[in-house]
Amino acid sequence: MIQNMEKKGLNLTLKIWRQENARSKGSFETYQVQDISPDCSFLEMLDQLNEKLVDKFEKPVCFDHDCREGICGMCSLYINGRPHGNDSGITTCQLHMRHFKDGETIWIEPWRSRAFPVIKDLVVDRTALDKIIQEGGYVSVNTGGTPDGNALPIRKENADLAMDAAACIGCGACVAACKNASAMLFVSAKVSQLALLPQGRVEARERVTRMVSKMDELGFGNCTNTRACEAECPKEIKISNIARMNREFFVARLQD
Amino acid sequence: MVKLDAKIPAGPLADKWAQYKATQKLVNPANKRKLDIIVVGTGLAGAAAAASFGELGFNVKIFCIQDSPRRAHSIAAQGGINAAKNYQNDGDSVYRLFYDTIKGGDYRAREANVYRLAEVSNNIIDQCVAQGVPFARDYGGLLDNRSFGGAQVSRTFYARGQTGQQLLLGAYSALSRQIRKGAVKMFNREEMMELVLIDGKARGIITRNIVTGAVQRHSAHAVVLATGGYGNVFFLSTNAMGSNGAAAMRCYKKGAFFGNPCYVQIHPTCIPVHGDYQSKLTLMSESLRNDGRIWVPKKLEDAEALRAGKLKPTQIPEEDRDYYLERRYPAFGNLVPRDVASRAAKERCDAGFGVNETGLAVYLDFADAIRRLGKDVIEARYGNLFQMYEKITDDNPYETPMMIYPAIHYSMGGLWVDYELQTTIPGLYAAGEANFSDHGANRLGASALMQGLADGYFVLPYTIQNYLSHEIQVPRFSTELKEFDDACKSVQERINKLMSIGGRCSVDHFQRQLGKVMWDKVGMARTKESLTEAIAEIQAIREEFWQNVRVTGERDEFNPELEKALRTAEHLELGELMARDALLREESCGGHFREEFQTPEGEALRQDADFMFVSCWEYRGADQEPELHKEPLNYESIKIAQRNYKE
Repeated sequence: MIQNMEKKGLNLTLKIWRQENARSKGSFETYQVQDISPDCSFLEMLDQLNEKLVDKFEKPVCFDHDCREGICGMCSLYINGRPHGNDSGITTCQLHMRHFKDGETIWIEPWRSRAFPVIKDLVVDRTALDKIIQEGGYVSVNTGGTPDGNALPIRKENADLAMDAAACIGCGACVAACKNASAMLFVSAKVSQLALLPQGRVEARERVTRMVSKMDELGFGNCTNTRACEAECPKEIKISNIARMNREFFVARLQD
Repeated sequence: MVKLDAKIPAGPLADKWAQYKATQKLVNPANKRKLDIIVVGTGLAGAAAAASFGELGFNVKIFCIQDSPRRAHSIAAQGGINAAKNYQNDGDSVYRLFYDTIKGGDYRAREANVYRLAEVSNNIIDQCVAQGVPFARDYGGLLDNRSFGGAQVSRTFYARGQTGQQLLLGAYSALSRQIRKGAVKMFNREEMMELVLIDGKARGIITRNIVTGAVQRHSAHAVVLATGGYGNVFFLSTNAMGSNGAAAMRCYKKGAFFGNPCYVQIHPTCIPVHGDYQSKLTLMSESLRNDGRIWVPKKLEDAEALRAGKLKPTQIPEEDRDYYLERRYPAFGNLVPRDVASRAAKERCDAGFGVNETGLAVYLDFADAIRRLGKDVIEARYGNLFQMYEKITDDNPYETPMMIYPAIHYSMGGLWVDYELQTTIPGLYAAGEANFSDHGANRLGASALMQGLADGYFVLPYTIQNYLSHEIQVPRFSTELKEFDDACKSVQERINKLMSIGGRCSVDHFQRQLGKVMWDKVGMARTKESLTEAIAEIQAIREEFWQNVRVTGERDEFNPELEKALRTAEHLELGELMARDALLREESCGGHFREEFQTPEGEALRQDADFMFVSCWEYRGADQEPELHKEPLNYESIKIAQRNYKE
């Protein structure tokens, strides 16, 4: 509004990781963008760069994105050393250019993890997260024949805690933030959600055992309690979930 | 001429579905193993259907364009899901949910389908609870409900402001379980390019692998399309960037009729457009209208000063504000249905009273509510939305009114389907937003999630067996058949053509141009003149596209420009079809408003005598006009009335 009239466009230098495909070696390339509105989002800034690159018959920068409202979990940029950039509780698509200064240099990288190989430029393969869910991130019920929704009262406190954990969007920022590339926050969010609900208790032991061993098998590192994941999680998932998962895991092992 | 048969079962409305299930044909377990089903799309409808098919014992292949099935745009739905549980003891029933849905759709939906939807709504809640979906609960541990537009009861179940996410993750978890069991095979980053027909039946699809560019063949005994809506024909919408109507168009071109393409929903409360480079519009939940008051200045000079930044909205005195919804609709005020609220905002802005630099915004003001209830209460109710608004606009809605403007949100139109959700191509089914079936000319809030899951969990797993029971003798198809060769070749040619043009303008340039024509001429207010112009202009843009588009990169690599080009090519045809449908429909109903057909007060005026039908369009070839077929709508259980939100 009033400020808008005086807002000046930003001129920025971008250092962007370019990598042709999974097999090739990547490197940083330098680009300039001019007159970027502080009101546009980070991804819209990249859209403008790409439009310019297409104008010059160059290949646009590839990056993952979809809903652009912070819920699908697809966008995944490592900006100036932080997953989803320099603001808290947001995804890359919710980062706005008003957080940057005119003349600034911005470093843009893909998620870095052995379990997330680069597909192209800033796009990585996160199917490892799906594979962990496939090992037990569900309650084994078929369609139909389920009891009435109100047949099983659930303490509000537990339902709310389960919802806190279930808010995970599966973006992988926790892995990208962790020096060990651990997926503990992601896995524990799903384990917690189902451990907190009576529906999920029935197969809690098998679930945690299978999901944790899959996580190890896929090359994710271990947790050393640095809490970097919690600090960078766009949905502010708490590491108390990791504690809950460890307890679930420990109990499952004791009972084996 | 094809005769449309909706296959509505005989008997009283309330017994139709039970009767259908009791008499339909089933496939025995040994035969299920021999039958393959392809599902395209992993949103609520697709994931729920694939998981349920897998549980039943069919072999399923499921496809999505994103990196994971959990990204489908169902995930973004905020508000909730309707069900006729009557847990609140406020007089709800299956019939009432059915009635509200038909009325909300302005009497343009099929009775039998909508009744079934209301009937299975309760099963959906039970299913999701059993899966571990963390719905909101009260202190007694039972499920909580909220109320939503267009209903007098509280029947909406919700999981904070992320109901779509939680329901989708429930369906995704059921899908993941079947993937582990090997019953479902998942293909991510794989886009459907063509439907393969053998002897007139849907028998497979051709896909393009988004990572490698490889064009691949997949055969099956039946194909389910669950690819969502086509709001992105307008370029700017609340849809995800990847949401598109291309797969539906490819089925349309193979003979599936397109139903009611002109019915799109425009949501009144979105954050306004801020600049030329904007890529999408963000929805602010409808629930804000419970406490926010919508207004524009009364005086033109105030509007000008606000646009120029010389005045702040808080400086406009009460007597100079026009709370136009409260003025026009005293009974419903700020809570009129979405279509009515959207048109009223456009009317004020067109008359020059709009705010924001662009003049295309109105205020949604919480000052009264904050004075009445206190900031804490407002924060508890809408805190996350206010924070989201501030992140995007850098304005604090506790101190200055929000600015909102309508945006394209949902497509009620889609592939025509019969009662079994089968399209006019035998063996091709359409589910969720991709079909036209349940919302008529306007969808009520919290009904999209209900329909997606109803189709996926509780309708298709039954109806598809009625078809597959005739296919048990049919062996698996080889993808080496000539039909697959031909379909593959046509995909390759389309890709080669796009890559070879080497023109001057980017794909986005054309999609943006198309979007502008659609919004200006096929948007909230349509006229015979604007629609006729739109058809000519879209044809011109399409011609220019095929001569002048520039697609960089290679065909056999990860190439988002090529992906967009392939989708935009389809949108350039779909946009024209939408305009044709809107031109044909000489009435106003729900989301479709023809300026020639309004009451003296500016309300939508239906023409029931002439237009109480579903328009079903048949593709006749690239250079031919499509042919119109009509499915008459017969209301046996409902009394038709003019919608009235004034008193």
